[in-house]
Amino acid sequence: MRARVFAIIRSTMRLLRLKPGHGEIVLAEGDVEVPEQERELIEAFRRELDAGMWAAVPTETSSGRREAEYVKSFADVPRDAERVIFFPRAAGGAPGSSR
Amino acid sequence: MWLALGTAAVVLLALLWELARPRLASALARSRAGAAARRERAAQSGYDPGRERRAEQRARALLRSCVDEETWAMYRDLGFLRVWGGLGDRAQGASYAYLVYPHKPIVAYLPQTRELLNEYCVAFPDHTKPYGSARLPDSDDVLAKWMALSADERHLIAEANMHLPGRQIDPERVRRDLLRLARWERERAARSADSVPAA
Repeated sequence: MRARVFAIIRSTMRLLRLKPGHGEIVLAEGDVEVPEQERELIEAFRRELDAGMWAAVPTETSSGRREAEYVKSFADVPRDAERVIFFPRAAGGAPGSSR
Repeated sequence: MWLALGTAAVVLLALLWELARPRLASALARSRAGAAARRERAAQSGYDPGRERRAEQRARALLRSCVDEETWAMYRDLGFLRVWGGLGDRAQGASYAYLVYPHKPIVAYLPQTRELLNEYCVAFPDHTKPYGSARLPDSDDVLAKWMALSADERHLIAEANMHLPGRQIDPERVRRDLLRLARWERERAARSADSVPAA
Protein backbone atom coordinates (compact mmCIF):
# COMPACT_ATOMS: atom_id res chain seq x y z
CA MET A 1 0.00 0.00 0.00
CA ARG A 2 2.81 2.35 0.92
CA ALA A 3 4.67 1.59 -2.29
CA ARG A 4 1.49 2.22 -4.25
CA VAL A 5 0.97 5.62 -2.63
CA PHE A 6 4.62 6.48 -3.26
CA ALA A 7 4.22 5.55 -6.93
CA ILE A 8 1.22 7.82 -7.25
CA ILE A 9 2.99 10.73 -5.60
CA ARG A 10 6.06 10.55 -7.84
CA SER A 11 4.30 10.16 -11.14
CA THR A 12 5.64 13.46 -12.44
CA MET A 13 8.93 13.76 -14.25
CA ARG A 14 11.14 16.82 -14.08
CA LEU A 15 13.65 17.87 -16.69
CA LEU A 16 16.51 19.75 -15.03
CA ARG A 17 19.45 21.58 -16.51
CA LEU A 18 22.68 22.43 -14.76
CA LYS A 19 23.28 26.15 -15.26
CA PRO A 20 26.45 28.12 -14.65
CA GLY A 21 26.06 30.58 -11.83
CA HIS A 22 22.68 29.23 -10.87
CA GLY A 23 22.57 25.53 -10.10
CA GLU A 24 19.86 23.47 -11.70
CA ILE A 25 16.78 24.95 -13.26
CA VAL A 26 13.54 23.15 -14.04
CA LEU A 27 12.94 23.07 -17.79
CA ALA A 28 9.71 21.14 -17.74
CA GLU A 29 7.66 19.09 -15.38
CA GLY A 30 4.78 16.82 -16.07
CA ASP A 31 3.11 13.46 -15.95
CA VAL A 32 4.21 11.19 -18.78
CA GLU A 33 0.83 9.48 -18.64
CA VAL A 34 -0.92 12.72 -19.59
CA PRO A 35 -0.46 13.16 -23.36
CA GLU A 36 -0.34 16.94 -23.32
CA GLN A 37 2.23 17.02 -20.53
CA GLU A 38 4.24 14.26 -22.15
CA ARG A 39 4.34 16.27 -25.37
CA GLU A 40 5.72 19.25 -23.48
CA LEU A 41 8.35 17.06 -21.87
CA ILE A 42 9.35 15.63 -25.24
CA GLU A 43 9.64 19.09 -26.78
CA ALA A 44 11.79 20.35 -23.93
CA PHE A 45 13.91 17.20 -24.12
CA ARG A 46 14.53 17.71 -27.84
CA ARG A 47 15.36 21.37 -27.39
CA GLU A 48 18.11 20.53 -24.93
CA LEU A 49 19.59 17.79 -27.08
CA ASP A 50 19.49 20.10 -30.08
CA ALA A 51 21.34 22.67 -27.99
CA GLY A 52 24.11 20.13 -27.53
CA MET A 53 23.35 19.03 -23.98
CA TRP A 54 23.90 15.56 -22.62
CA ALA A 55 21.05 13.95 -20.72
CA ALA A 56 21.36 11.49 -17.87
CA VAL A 57 18.89 9.78 -15.60
CA PRO A 58 19.96 9.04 -12.02
CA THR A 59 19.06 5.44 -11.24
CA GLU A 60 19.42 2.95 -8.44
CA THR A 61 20.39 -0.68 -8.93
CA SER A 62 18.61 -3.53 -7.20
CA SER A 63 21.51 -3.62 -4.73
CA GLY A 64 20.87 0.01 -3.87
CA ARG A 65 23.86 1.44 -5.69
CA ARG A 66 23.29 4.83 -7.31
CA GLU A 67 24.22 5.20 -10.96
CA ALA A 68 23.39 7.33 -13.95
CA GLU A 69 22.57 6.37 -17.48
CA TYR A 70 22.70 8.44 -20.62
CA VAL A 71 19.53 8.89 -22.61
CA LYS A 72 19.62 9.98 -26.22
CA SER A 73 15.91 10.15 -26.86
CA PHE A 74 12.85 10.56 -24.73
CA ALA A 75 11.90 6.97 -25.51
CA ASP A 76 15.04 5.88 -23.61
CA VAL A 77 13.88 7.58 -20.42
CA PRO A 78 12.34 5.11 -17.99
CA ARG A 79 8.67 5.95 -17.59
CA ASP A 80 9.03 6.08 -13.82
CA ALA A 81 12.11 8.30 -13.84
CA GLU A 82 11.72 11.25 -11.52
CA ARG A 83 14.40 13.39 -13.12
CA VAL A 84 16.34 13.82 -16.30
CA ILE A 85 19.40 15.98 -15.85
CA PHE A 86 20.85 17.91 -18.78
CA PHE A 87 24.38 19.19 -18.64
CA PRO A 88 26.87 20.60 -21.14
CA ARG A 89 28.86 18.12 -23.18
CA ALA A 90 32.25 17.18 -21.88
CA ALA A 91 35.18 18.74 -23.60
CA GLY A 92 38.82 18.07 -23.08
CA GLY A 93 39.85 20.94 -20.90
CA ALA A 94 42.90 22.30 -19.26
CA PRO A 95 41.70 24.71 -16.61
CA GLY A 96 44.22 26.89 -14.86
CA SER A 97 46.83 25.20 -12.77
CA SER A 98 45.61 24.32 -9.33
CA ARG A 99 48.96 23.87 -7.73
CA MET B 1 6.79 102.33 -11.10
CA TRP B 2 6.10 98.82 -9.77
CA LEU B 3 4.90 97.77 -13.16
CA ALA B 4 8.14 98.88 -14.77
CA LEU B 5 10.25 97.13 -12.12
CA GLY B 6 8.20 93.95 -12.46
CA THR B 7 8.51 93.97 -16.22
CA ALA B 8 12.26 94.53 -15.93
CA ALA B 9 12.53 91.62 -13.47
CA VAL B 10 10.62 89.30 -15.80
CA VAL B 11 12.81 90.32 -18.75
CA LEU B 12 15.93 89.80 -16.64
CA LEU B 13 14.82 86.34 -15.56
CA ALA B 14 14.02 85.42 -19.16
CA LEU B 15 17.47 86.57 -20.28
CA LEU B 16 19.18 84.66 -17.48
CA TRP B 17 17.19 81.54 -18.33
CA GLU B 18 18.18 81.78 -21.99
CA LEU B 19 21.82 82.13 -20.99
CA ALA B 20 21.77 79.28 -18.50
CA ARG B 21 19.59 76.86 -20.43
CA PRO B 22 22.29 75.31 -22.68
CA ARG B 23 24.55 74.70 -19.69
CA LEU B 24 21.73 73.23 -17.62
CA ALA B 25 20.63 71.00 -20.51
CA SER B 26 24.20 69.85 -21.03
CA ALA B 27 24.67 69.09 -17.34
CA LEU B 28 21.38 67.20 -17.24
CA ALA B 29 22.35 65.14 -20.29
CA ARG B 30 25.74 64.32 -18.73
CA SER B 31 24.04 63.27 -15.52
CA ARG B 32 21.60 61.03 -17.39
CA ALA B 33 24.38 59.47 -19.45
CA GLY B 34 26.41 58.83 -16.31
CA ALA B 35 23.49 57.15 -14.60
CA ALA B 36 22.80 55.01 -17.68
CA ALA B 37 26.47 53.98 -17.86
CA ARG B 38 26.46 53.02 -14.19
CA ARG B 39 23.32 50.95 -14.70
CA GLU B 40 24.85 49.25 -17.74
CA ARG B 41 28.09 48.46 -15.90
CA ALA B 42 26.10 47.00 -13.02
CA ALA B 43 24.01 44.91 -15.40
CA GLN B 44 27.11 43.64 -17.22
CA SER B 45 28.95 42.61 -14.13
CA GLY B 46 25.72 41.44 -12.50
CA TYR B 47 27.61 41.03 -9.30
CA ASP B 48 25.55 39.52 -6.58
CA PRO B 49 27.66 38.30 -3.68
CA GLY B 50 25.07 35.73 -2.69
CA ARG B 51 24.38 34.29 -6.11
CA GLU B 52 27.34 31.94 -6.35
CA ARG B 53 26.72 30.73 -2.82
CA ARG B 54 23.05 30.05 -3.52
CA ALA B 55 23.98 28.27 -6.75
CA GLU B 56 26.44 26.08 -4.87
CA GLN B 57 23.86 25.26 -2.21
CA ARG B 58 21.41 24.15 -4.90
CA ALA B 59 24.12 22.12 -6.60
CA ARG B 60 25.08 20.39 -3.35
CA ALA B 61 21.47 19.44 -2.69
CA LEU B 62 21.15 17.97 -6.18
CA LEU B 63 24.42 16.05 -5.89
CA ARG B 64 23.35 14.67 -2.54
CA SER B 65 20.06 13.46 -4.01
CA CYS B 66 21.81 11.64 -6.86
CA VAL B 67 24.74 9.79 -5.27
CA ASP B 68 25.04 7.18 -2.53
CA GLU B 69 25.04 8.31 1.06
CA GLU B 70 28.67 7.24 1.43
CA THR B 71 29.71 9.10 -1.70
CA TRP B 72 27.93 12.22 -0.52
CA ALA B 73 29.53 11.99 2.91
CA MET B 74 32.94 11.62 1.25
CA TYR B 75 32.42 14.76 -0.79
CA ARG B 76 31.03 16.69 2.16
CA ASP B 77 33.90 15.73 4.45
CA LEU B 78 36.83 15.58 2.03
CA GLY B 79 35.89 17.84 -0.88
CA PHE B 80 36.23 15.15 -3.55
CA LEU B 81 34.69 11.83 -4.32
CA ARG B 82 35.95 8.48 -5.52
CA VAL B 83 34.45 6.58 -8.42
CA TRP B 84 35.49 3.00 -9.00
CA GLY B 85 36.75 2.35 -12.50
CA GLY B 86 36.17 -0.46 -14.90
CA LEU B 87 32.47 0.08 -15.27
CA GLY B 88 31.88 -1.88 -12.13
CA ASP B 89 31.97 -1.58 -8.41
CA ARG B 90 34.58 -2.82 -6.01
CA ALA B 91 32.68 -6.01 -5.33
CA GLN B 92 33.22 -6.87 -8.98
CA GLY B 93 36.92 -6.29 -8.61
CA ALA B 94 37.58 -2.75 -9.82
CA SER B 95 41.32 -2.50 -10.16
CA TYR B 96 41.50 1.25 -10.43
CA ALA B 97 39.52 4.26 -9.33
CA TYR B 98 39.14 7.95 -9.98
CA LEU B 99 39.27 10.93 -7.69
CA VAL B 100 36.80 13.56 -8.82
CA TYR B 101 37.53 17.14 -7.77
CA PRO B 102 35.47 20.19 -8.64
CA HIS B 103 36.91 22.04 -11.62
CA LYS B 104 40.10 20.01 -11.60
CA PRO B 105 41.20 17.04 -13.64
CA ILE B 106 39.94 13.58 -12.78
CA VAL B 107 42.81 11.57 -11.33
CA ALA B 108 43.04 7.84 -12.00
CA TYR B 109 44.96 5.72 -9.48
CA LEU B 110 45.49 2.21 -8.19
CA PRO B 111 43.76 1.81 -4.82
CA GLN B 112 46.04 -1.07 -3.76
CA THR B 113 49.29 0.82 -4.14
CA ARG B 114 48.01 4.43 -4.31
CA GLU B 115 50.01 4.81 -7.48
CA LEU B 116 48.76 7.67 -9.63
CA LEU B 117 48.04 6.72 -13.22
CA ASN B 118 46.80 9.69 -15.19
CA GLU B 119 45.07 13.02 -15.08
CA TYR B 120 42.03 13.44 -17.30
CA CYS B 121 41.32 17.08 -18.00
CA VAL B 122 37.66 17.51 -18.76
CA ALA B 123 35.28 20.42 -18.53
CA PHE B 124 31.60 21.02 -19.15
CA PRO B 125 31.55 24.49 -20.67
CA ASP B 126 28.16 26.06 -21.20
CA HIS B 127 28.72 28.41 -24.09
CA THR B 128 25.36 30.07 -23.69
CA LYS B 129 26.95 31.92 -20.74
CA PRO B 130 23.59 32.98 -19.41
CA TYR B 131 25.02 34.40 -16.22
CA GLY B 132 28.35 35.68 -17.40
CA SER B 133 30.33 32.55 -16.58
CA ALA B 134 30.67 29.25 -18.41
CA ARG B 135 31.57 27.38 -15.23
CA LEU B 136 29.10 25.23 -13.40
CA PRO B 137 28.93 25.50 -9.62
CA ASP B 138 31.52 23.22 -7.98
CA SER B 139 29.08 20.52 -6.96
CA ASP B 140 27.37 20.56 -10.38
CA ASP B 141 30.78 20.02 -11.99
CA VAL B 142 31.35 17.04 -9.70
CA LEU B 143 27.85 15.74 -10.44
CA ALA B 144 28.41 16.04 -14.19
CA LYS B 145 31.69 14.11 -13.90
CA TRP B 146 30.07 11.48 -11.70
CA MET B 147 27.14 11.04 -14.11
CA ALA B 148 29.45 10.88 -17.11
CA LEU B 149 31.78 8.35 -15.46
CA SER B 150 28.88 6.29 -14.20
CA ALA B 151 26.95 6.35 -17.48
CA ASP B 152 29.78 5.93 -19.98
CA GLU B 153 33.26 5.88 -18.53
CA ARG B 154 34.96 5.10 -21.83
CA HIS B 155 33.26 7.95 -23.62
CA LEU B 156 34.20 10.50 -20.98
CA ILE B 157 37.80 9.34 -20.86
CA ALA B 158 37.94 9.49 -24.66
CA GLU B 159 36.71 13.10 -24.58
CA ALA B 160 39.20 14.14 -21.92
CA ASN B 161 42.75 15.32 -22.43
CA MET B 162 44.99 12.75 -20.79
CA HIS B 163 48.18 13.79 -19.04
CA LEU B 164 50.67 12.21 -16.73
CA PRO B 165 50.11 12.86 -13.02
CA GLY B 166 51.33 16.24 -11.89
CA ARG B 167 50.32 18.24 -14.92
CA GLN B 168 47.72 20.25 -13.02
CA ILE B 169 47.29 18.73 -9.60
CA ASP B 170 50.26 18.36 -7.31
CA PRO B 171 50.81 14.58 -6.91
CA GLU B 172 51.72 15.14 -3.26
CA ARG B 173 48.36 16.71 -2.70
CA VAL B 174 46.63 13.72 -4.31
CA ARG B 175 48.64 11.31 -2.15
CA ARG B 176 47.66 13.28 0.92
CA ASP B 177 44.04 13.10 -0.22
CA LEU B 178 44.32 9.34 -0.62
CA LEU B 179 45.65 9.09 2.93
CA ARG B 180 42.80 11.30 4.14
CA LEU B 181 40.37 9.07 2.29
CA ALA B 182 41.83 5.92 3.87
CA ARG B 183 41.63 7.47 7.33
CA TRP B 184 38.10 8.67 6.67
CA GLU B 185 37.02 5.18 5.62
CA ARG B 186 38.61 3.61 8.71
CA GLU B 187 36.87 6.06 11.01
CA ARG B 188 33.58 5.58 9.24
CA ALA B 189 33.89 1.81 9.48
CA ALA B 190 34.74 2.10 13.18
CA ARG B 191 31.72 4.32 13.82
CA SER B 192 29.55 1.91 11.90
CA ALA B 193 30.88 -1.03 13.95
CA ASP B 194 30.29 0.89 17.18
CA SER B 195 26.72 1.62 16.26
CA VAL B 196 25.90 -2.07 15.64
CA PRO B 197 24.50 -3.50 18.88
CA ALA B 198 26.32 -6.54 20.24
CA ALA B 199 24.53 -9.83 19.63
